[in-house]
Amino acid sequence: MIGIVGYGSYIPWRRIKIDEIAKVWQQDSQILKKSILVYEKTVPSKDEDSVTIAVEASKNALKRANINPKEIGAVYVGSESKPYAVKPSATIVAEALGITPEVHIADYEFACKGGSEAVFVAYSIVKADLAKFAMGVGSDTSQGAPKDALEYTASAGGASFIIGKENVIAEILETYSYATDTPDFWRRDGQFYPMHTGPFTGEKAYFKHIYNSALGCMKKLGISVNEINYVVFHQPNGSFPRRVGKMLGFKNEQIEPGLVTPYVGNTYSGCSLLGLSAVLDIAKPGEIILLTSFGSGAGSDSFIFKVTERLNEVRNKAPILKEMLENKKYITYSEYAYLRGKILMRKED
Amino acid sequence: MYMIPKIWREFPQRYNLLGSKCNKCGATYFPPRKICPKCKSMDISEYKLPESGEIISYTIIRSAPDGFTNYEPYAIGVIKLIDGTKILSQIVDTDFENIDIGKKVKLVFRRLMDGGETGVITYGYKAVVTE
Amino acid sequence: MREVAIIGIGITKFGVLWDKSLRDLAVEASIEAINDAKIDHIDSIYIGNYTSGTFIEQEHLAALIADYLGMNPIPSTKIENACASGGVAFKMGFLEVASGSSDIVLVLGVEKMTEVLTPRASYSLSLACDREYEGMNGITFPGLFALVAKRYMYEFGLTRKQLSLVPVKNHKNASKNLKAHFQNLITVEDVENSPLVADPLRLYDCSPVSDGAAAVILMPLELAKNYKNTKPIKISGIGQASDTISIYQRDSLVTFNATIKAAEKAYKMANKEPKDIDIIEVHDCFSIAEICAIEDLGFFPKGKGGEAVEAGLTEIEGKIPVNPSGGLKGKGHPVGATGVAQIVSIVEQLRGEAKENQVKNAKIGLTQNIGGSGSTAIVTILEVI
Repeated sequence: MIGIVGYGSYIPWRRIKIDEIAKVWQQDSQILKKSILVYEKTVPSKDEDSVTIAVEASKNALKRANINPKEIGAVYVGSESKPYAVKPSATIVAEALGITPEVHIADYEFACKGGSEAVFVAYSIVKADLAKFAMGVGSDTSQGAPKDALEYTASAGGASFIIGKENVIAEILETYSYATDTPDFWRRDGQFYPMHTGPFTGEKAYFKHIYNSALGCMKKLGISVNEINYVVFHQPNGSFPRRVGKMLGFKNEQIEPGLVTPYVGNTYSGCSLLGLSAVLDIAKPGEIILLTSFGSGAGSDSFIFKVTERLNEVRNKAPILKEMLENKKYITYSEYAYLRGKILMRKED
Repeated sequence: MYMIPKIWREFPQRYNLLGSKCNKCGATYFPPRKICPKCKSMDISEYKLPESGEIISYTIIRSAPDGFTNYEPYAIGVIKLIDGTKILSQIVDTDFENIDIGKKVKLVFRRLMDGGETGVITYGYKAVVTE
Repeated sequence: MREVAIIGIGITKFGVLWDKSLRDLAVEASIEAINDAKIDHIDSIYIGNYTSGTFIEQEHLAALIADYLGMNPIPSTKIENACASGGVAFKMGFLEVASGSSDIVLVLGVEKMTEVLTPRASYSLSLACDREYEGMNGITFPGLFALVAKRYMYEFGLTRKQLSLVPVKNHKNASKNLKAHFQNLITVEDVENSPLVADPLRLYDCSPVSDGAAAVILMPLELAKNYKNTKPIKISGIGQASDTISIYQRDSLVTFNATIKAAEKAYKMANKEPKDIDIIEVHDCFSIAEICAIEDLGFFPKGKGGEAVEAGLTEIEGKIPVNPSGGLKGKGHPVGATGVAQIVSIVEQLRGEAKENQVKNAKIGLTQNIGGSGSTAIVTILEVI
């Protein structure tokens, strides 16, 4: 049996309400909220970045896995807001967790899918018996351009998964990836803000890839929609996952528990993984979870998990997402603009 | 360009809270030492500090030195960890009114210095109030 | 060891002195001391300076100053013990005369701090604590003493008013000292309305960044007694001690063990007790430091310093005048100069030359000079012959 041995999530302390952002651009926040179904999003502190978030999420994963960090043979971190364009985040994470030096390390990027593919590769390494345990992390502190639609949802957070063959808490039953070259959302090297194509990112990117990946995974395993207890989609807002779920034949009760974006925002590489961690926070032994991520560019990774008895034993060894959601502080747009580097400060020499 | 070898050399302390413990009298220290100031023994082992403790004293820095002006104002305090070892660290993600002597804290991984636009980022430990 | 006396003193104005360079200040104070001592040569120079390298990009001050005093080839040495550099340079000068190595020694303390903006000065000052484990966490010197003040208030109930009375007194004393950095009077309200620097310490709790230099001339006591018309003052006791570089590793945040140990040594050497001392100049880098100092030196029990200040016991007319010169807060704190400036102030008092600030019948004086957050302490006891 191969599967998740430990999982952990992390979101920053600060939040900004959609109302607060809408006020600045004189937009109608009630209409906005009804359309995107997001109410507030996380904002990282000045001293946080995708690396510190990856470390905190991974520490939680280690607490649940209850293994010697040195037994982890591979560490993969996916992000699209790396602090360094050249220098891996994963080496810092591995060093901070006491995993180095006998370890394979790499950073991944595939827009919002960076995290799920890190988990996919971690799974593959364990399956190929190249490591006893492997860790995949998705973490971001993404930027939304001022006045752009994405400013309402781009947020910060991350989740970490340790894969192994011993002490499994959620077995990986099947995987299926679906990808094409689709330029729906991108950021050129050196640019501060990303670009996107509005409605095109919906039909030809998000919906097409998620639909095909989810369907393909269920077919491959030979499982129907009704046999799945929870489905977690990549969730750039609160409405897309419900729409694609409906297209596939899922009901709201299967989608809601894994939908965290309404109060967290879109944590990009952490996004679908954070949804998965929210489900693991409540899932019962024997329940089946379908996870289908999405990364612009574009592609979707699907996984089907089956929860084991052991999840109940380890769940409380680290904070669950609900606790982190309740510990928050609201900030104003001016503090948000300062924290996100949108105010031009004088350069220190 | 900041002092890279120095930053790198301190990783075991900044990333992993590695201090030392005197095998003779049991005293613990951070950062590590070769000679125990209490009993003068040189029989010292590597020792990983615990990651929670309480505030012994604190202040709010309103006038920051070079390298930290981006972060002012920030709280900083003397923390006594649960094994008795003391450290100094910033106290973050807590309203200033919620910081007080005696409050419990846990240590988290954060940036200490940004390295400007071109340099290396220094990461390390800071404290968050947990009550 | 021979007994040693101070036969000459010199001090520049302390303040923000844009027109004067470090070598200007060093030469000015030295010449004043040499003229006061009426000597025609020096055997050796000791210089106390904290960080000319980071403030003015100049090291090797020993050579620079000996050269610009026109005194090559005599030996010259720089001593660095953070803010106690001046006091420890004084001790080294004393030892050189006491040992018989030299007969006439110039001890100079000098610092030029105002070339840089505040955040840079703050960075330079922070190098006196543990850079890697205190400095790299963003601590400043006001921050370190704020940690002391916060803890002191928690343990002993010190009030904001008691703390404020220290800089109020020191400004009052400095107002009559023409060489002091500040000559304005301040009130308790002024202190409590000044901006916070590191809670609970406010701007007026903190000594200023100043430029300045102070110098003394040392001679063996036997020679000094019959030497021209100078009024020699005897160095009766000197004690120096060390403590942890970082404040967080101390057993107590409110007791400065180095001060206690240094004072013990000085009292023993001078065969004196606190009750014998008539005036003291202590290291009030921050208001709370003065309160801790008068306790650690043995004048008041731990925790009672604030009450003593409030009761007026440390005023010039009080039971034990503290910082009659204005202290670091009023007089200024050019870091390396301070230890020597304190000696100059006590010598003026013991000679009866302190004019409006004169403490009546001052015969025995004590200085306390600390470095960093108290990691070095040096105490001297001076006496009228």
